[in-house]
Amino acid sequence: METLAFFVLSVLAVAAALVVLTHRNEVICALGLAFNLVALAGFYFLLGAQFIGLLQLIVYAGAIMVLILFVVMLLNLGEERYPRRRQWIHPWLAPVATLVFAGVLGGVLWQVELEPLPASDPAFGTVEQVGLDLFGRYFYPFEVISLLLIVAMVGAVVMAKRRL
Amino acid sequence: MDPRMYLLVSSVLFSLGVLSVLLRRGAIVILMGVELMLNAANLAFLTFARIQGTAEGQIYVFFVMTLAAAEAAVGLAIVIAIFRLRETTDVDEVSLMKW
Amino acid sequence: MSGWDTFDLAATLVKVVVVVMGLQGLVAAMVWVERRVSAWMQFRYGPNRVGPFGLLQPIADAIKFIFKEEVVPANAHGPTYVLAPCVALVTALTAFAVIPFGPTIEIFGRQVPLVIADVDGGILLALAAGSLGVYAIVMAGWSSRSKYSLMGGLRSSAQMISYELALALSLMGVLLVSGTLRPTEIVEQQAGWFWNWNVFAGGWQLLGFLIFVIASFAETNRLPFDLPEAESELVAGYHTEYSAMKFAMFFMAEYINMTTGSALAVTLFLGGWQLGFPVPWTGWPLWILQLLAFAAKVGSFLFLFVWVRWTLPRFRYDQLMNLGWKGLLPLGLANVVFTALLVLYR
Repeated sequence: METLAFFVLSVLAVAAALVVLTHRNEVICALGLAFNLVALAGFYFLLGAQFIGLLQLIVYAGAIMVLILFVVMLLNLGEERYPRRRQWIHPWLAPVATLVFAGVLGGVLWQVELEPLPASDPAFGTVEQVGLDLFGRYFYPFEVISLLLIVAMVGAVVMAKRRL
Repeated sequence: MDPRMYLLVSSVLFSLGVLSVLLRRGAIVILMGVELMLNAANLAFLTFARIQGTAEGQIYVFFVMTLAAAEAAVGLAIVIAIFRLRETTDVDEVSLMKW
Repeated sequence: MSGWDTFDLAATLVKVVVVVMGLQGLVAAMVWVERRVSAWMQFRYGPNRVGPFGLLQPIADAIKFIFKEEVVPANAHGPTYVLAPCVALVTALTAFAVIPFGPTIEIFGRQVPLVIADVDGGILLALAAGSLGVYAIVMAGWSSRSKYSLMGGLRSSAQMISYELALALSLMGVLLVSGTLRPTEIVEQQAGWFWNWNVFAGGWQLLGFLIFVIASFAETNRLPFDLPEAESELVAGYHTEYSAMKFAMFFMAEYINMTTGSALAVTLFLGGWQLGFPVPWTGWPLWILQLLAFAAKVGSFLFLFVWVRWTLPRFRYDQLMNLGWKGLLPLGLANVVFTALLVLYR
């Protein structure tokens, strides 16, 4: 049951990522990425991390992707035209290099000695477990990141305004 | 369930993100490739968090998500500002500072 | 789903069927209620031809929707055009899965909690389903390739994500008071007399309750926040180019969102299925009373939705966004601070 869910989710996630990579229309790319994020949330639930999975749906798929979709639609770009004449090496170098990189990465990760996943612990992934650590050991980074969010908000507003 | 399968999916998604950044010319699609890469890393983080059974990996995912939100906001603001000047988001066109 | 046997699976399936059928039936009832109540408030008769008191009007509407011709714009983007109403309906139904509509009853010696999914982060799941519902509107607005649809879709989704913040902040007060994200536990903590509910002395969440109600009016695109779909403004906003069955799906999704918002308000602030006064019975009579109490509370909220729609004028779009960001957000933050102090010093 778990392996079936895993394979379905991985097919969906990789297909959505391929849509992001290949489709000419940027709105469809954004919708594909949103679908990919929802599939990843499914992965997180499969791993038992319920809180992070729900946060992924609310924050990433529900807010960040909607922001990206807004900007894409407001800029009203139309379709990406075919590439103009460019240097002969570029269209081939990028995919080949990435393929080599992916092969090396996958190969290295495959060699790692890992036991199968332990049995699902009901205390893992709950809000309580994450919350205790977040406000305990990682309290200082938590406060710093809230400062960072304010800085990012101010920066985004300042840069996107027409007139200050 | 072999955790290496999760890591394999993570590396595939990461490579697709890298390809999106390298091959596409629209600035927003490049940002989307970066988001793909961040999410692939999140998946790897959570796999290891599950193996260990602690909350540490989940906290890192929490921070990565927050940072991705901040970066997406600022990056899109930059894209909007450039679009207002140059009427295009094609990264090949915004090459004024090239030699 | 470890530790589940056939009884649990069958019980969940029955609950799912009951809830989905119930929500669809509620949509049909709401169609009738909306038209008759609005007519009563405006000193006119509503539909009273089709059946006694017009009670068969929803059936006539459904038949009309099924047989109507589907007009699809020629350059609409096919896949997203068809997918948008599906996403709307799916997210609307999913949000209801965490709401406990009754107590834990006992059937064949087994305890069956009357909630479809009693997850640890129940309220977060309802929020997540609401966040994902924005995609339906964005997809509908864009795929129709029409100016009215795009403007309506963008305005509507901007409004929804703005008021999601106020919604989540008002929920935080309840979380602080209850200490749990599970709706079942939140309802159980409001047992006893009705002043023990979260909105009264049980949690002092009156401000949070008001913010939640206003925000859910905005989330469901109901008046006074329905500029994105008002006829005189944007023809019909994001569902301008939809006809027949697809329009009916958007329609259903809106009413189900209303029901979910009302059910959440009832669960978190008004004691859910708790009766609010002690009764000397136990077992089946008590459970039926509690189910009816939940239904009555949700029903009165739906009446409130209809009542406000036909009473208040519409907000202009900038007034709407001002209210969300400069009005409800600071109030929500003040509510969180106030509740935190309350919990600390209680």
